[in-house]
Amino acid sequence: MTSIVKRALTTTAAAAVLSLGAGAVAAEGDLVIYHWFEYIPQELLDKFSEEYDVNVVMDTYDSNESLLAALKAGGMGTYDVAVPGDYMVEIMTNEGMLDVIADGELKNKGNISEEWADPSFDPGRKHSIPYQWGSTSFAVSRDVYDGDINTTAILFDPPEELSGQINMLDTQGEVLTMAALHMGIPQCTTDRDQLKALNQMVQAAKPHWASFNSDTAKEVLVSGDVAVGQIWDGFAARARAEGANIEYAFPKEGYVVWMDNVVLLKDAPNRENALLFMDFLLEPENIAAVTNYARYVAGVDGVEDFLDPELKTQPEANPPADAGPGVFVQACPQEIQEVYDQIWTNLKK
Amino acid sequence: MAGGAASGGSSQSDTYAGARVWLLLPAWATLLILVVAPVGIMLVYSFLTKEFRGGVIWEFSWEAYDQFFFNRGLFGDEPPRIEWTYILIFWRSIWQAGVATLLSLAIGFPTACFIATRAPRQRPIWVFLVTIPYWVNLLIRTVSMKFLLRDNGPLNEALLGIGVISEPLHIVNTNLAVQLGLFYSYLPFMVLPIYAAVERYNFSLSEAAADLYAPRWTVLRRILLPAVKPGIVAGCILVFVPSLGSFLAPDLLGGARNFMIGSLIEEQFKGNAGNWPFGAAASMILLTLVLIILLFSARQQGRQEAR
Repeated sequence: MTSIVKRALTTTAAAAVLSLGAGAVAAEGDLVIYHWFEYIPQELLDKFSEEYDVNVVMDTYDSNESLLAALKAGGMGTYDVAVPGDYMVEIMTNEGMLDVIADGELKNKGNISEEWADPSFDPGRKHSIPYQWGSTSFAVSRDVYDGDINTTAILFDPPEELSGQINMLDTQGEVLTMAALHMGIPQCTTDRDQLKALNQMVQAAKPHWASFNSDTAKEVLVSGDVAVGQIWDGFAARARAEGANIEYAFPKEGYVVWMDNVVLLKDAPNRENALLFMDFLLEPENIAAVTNYARYVAGVDGVEDFLDPELKTQPEANPPADAGPGVFVQACPQEIQEVYDQIWTNLKK
Repeated sequence: MAGGAASGGSSQSDTYAGARVWLLLPAWATLLILVVAPVGIMLVYSFLTKEFRGGVIWEFSWEAYDQFFFNRGLFGDEPPRIEWTYILIFWRSIWQAGVATLLSLAIGFPTACFIATRAPRQRPIWVFLVTIPYWVNLLIRTVSMKFLLRDNGPLNEALLGIGVISEPLHIVNTNLAVQLGLFYSYLPFMVLPIYAAVERYNFSLSEAAADLYAPRWTVLRRILLPAVKPGIVAGCILVFVPSLGSFLAPDLLGGARNFMIGSLIEEQFKGNAGNWPFGAAASMILLTLVLIILLFSARQQGRQEAR
């Protein structure tokens, strides 16, 4: 008995000494990332960690709104960087949650592609750098349906063989923006008749839907639980790579385009390391590794040489000539957002 | 809760008289920090004005409760009518939790009796076996449940294989799946308190009743059930209350097509709505409902013991 205790004690002591030693050599400091789930390869984090001798910690979220909620509920000052989508960058800027990146603080800022260097949601890239961009549409199982899929009617007024086999994303913005495209009404419309019609249309569509889920958007297509899934283009590509016989749609009515951006948070505890990380992600080789993993598109020049060859021809990233317009989700003003909230509650009551 | 006050230490010696206040300090501190403070914050927030996209403005407002009980149309400018939306969501959650509780009772009670009637040395092993699945994270267990139940999952394959059904049973994304998920999540909370009660029960009472020609059903109903009732009530509360606020099973197994209380509240904090006072108000209404249930059962129990 005593010998066991003794051995346990010595091992613990040894472990403590080892970890102390490790603590002494490790880390110029920490970097705390708040990121989407399944969106960055672990090897890339390890590479950054090794190159700059920084201890990287990452938490994840599953929607732009839950990112905002967590930061509002006391998350500020905990995280150094986060990865909000386009409209959320604008909201977070207006909420005063983002720090300004001064001129010259990012040495790789010039690598940003011209089309993303001055976006409407962050003019002049004062707070953010591009991470990945892509689209939100839906994918259809070709085992179940072989008709034309490039119409939003597949989601909102589906043919009989697809009814009851549809998974929608569980976020208001993505569902209601797609619904507005389907009806051909502007986002954040103030027209009451259009809003009433939107309310009725989604309620009439709901019986066709099997579930609302974002986290398992890919998994339900791979497993065959549903035949249609609203999904992001990269996720659809990965579902296809995992064996789902699906095709990603580019509806003629239009589809959602988004860009996720790495932002510098106000009160970042490790501001220096955050800037190092942003510069690191502006290196073509590194951001190409994200693209190879996530299957979206980087907003940085010079990545082509580092990309998997099949990405060039990936159908999910190459809209056909007759595809509808890609539109960004808009952040609506309060009085319109409240009507949208009401429509969403009516839909899910 | 309500029963505790009456049993105060009138007959205790004066050994701890001076120190009693200080000895109770940890208990009071725990109550204050873990119960009173969070509930107090929630109560205050539910009466504040909402800030757009989450957060509160420090101005008094009834609006959250008004929104819960009154419907003013899509644009908020119609004369108020009774709002059924949230009452419906609450009713749905109560119904799901109720069915899950009954399922747990139907399986949990015989299980507990089975364990309590094993040889004393075997009992801890059975109890241990009941708790083993609960060493695994709830999320993982819920996802696994979905794998089992899905249209081309093992359950349907097996039933198809032995020819009981000719079409796969469609269970995932239905209410039944939610009820099964809740039942599976909280079953041990039913088994363990009932087991504790049945173990203390003296089975020679049942034998005596049987010797006096009581049929088995009567023995169960008149002798065993009254004796173990406190365990059953405790088990039902322990299953019902967490089921009421759960959102993992409804989201993953039920397909999140309809809000439950838990997901409705979550949406106010994590979704687009960003309406913290309304989330707090819905939580307070839920808490009030649960307290009424608990007080009611405590009074029932107290009355029974007094008899």
